[in-house]
Amino acid sequence: MPATLVVFWVFAGAAIASALLCITRRNTVASALWLVVTLFDIAALFVMLDAQFIAVLQILVYAGAIMVLFLFVIMLLNLGPGTASDVKGPVGFAIATVLAAALGIQLLALLRAGPPAAAGDLARAGQSEGMIAAVARPLFTVYLVPFEITGLLLLAAIVGAVVLAKRQL
Amino acid sequence: MLLEPSLIVSAVLFTLGVAGVLIRRNAIVIFMCVELMLNAVNLTFVALAQTLGVGGQIFVLIVMAVAAAEAAVGLAIILAIFRHRETVNLQHLNLLKG
Repeated sequence: MPATLVVFWVFAGAAIASALLCITRRNTVASALWLVVTLFDIAALFVMLDAQFIAVLQILVYAGAIMVLFLFVIMLLNLGPGTASDVKGPVGFAIATVLAAALGIQLLALLRAGPPAAAGDLARAGQSEGMIAAVARPLFTVYLVPFEITGLLLLAAIVGAVVLAKRQL
Repeated sequence: MLLEPSLIVSAVLFTLGVAGVLIRRNAIVIFMCVELMLNAVNLTFVALAQTLGVGGQIFVLIVMAVAAAEAAVGLAIILAIFRHRETVNLQHLNLLKG
């Protein structure tokens, strides 16, 4: 097995294990912190897949901003250790596991169709002008309109969050 | 070379996210599981961007922005519900139950 594949599976295994811990811990804060670990591991996988810029954004935006928001709300609600009713009972647990397993088998069966075969043009483009330029150039030319609409969406989200969270305007 | 393992890991992470949504009753944890699912899909996009062009990575960027907006609004909604009902346990939020 090549070294990159070994490193890949180390991070992938850590991501899966911490995701499993995230969904099973009763304490909400522990759950959130395991999710942060998962996000860091996924960022490492992004680096291995020639997406260094996305990996940095993953750490800054997800692990940095969004998870801090989550932890802040947990602190604000003063949730503390989870209660017994936080996780479903044995029947609900079994049904949920069966449903999730069915979905997982279906998703993995999709892989049997085989990945699309195409030339690896991204790594070559990254070698000639650097990975950030390879992402930024199409972002500000071909994908300019979606990019600007994203800004508009964020503005709407800011206004919406303030309106929802404020006691009275 | 890493395409197939990435797609497998992505499928497993997405499944774990769905399992989390199904087995938990805490609204905040369910919301975190949704973020986990978004990340699994992002992994698929990045893996396929390796062979199919850089458009996948740009889509991941936009997914991240939408996820940030969604987290802000969703957590504000959870806060408003908590202020109203004093709980975020979905078992107790059964106003629509007949």
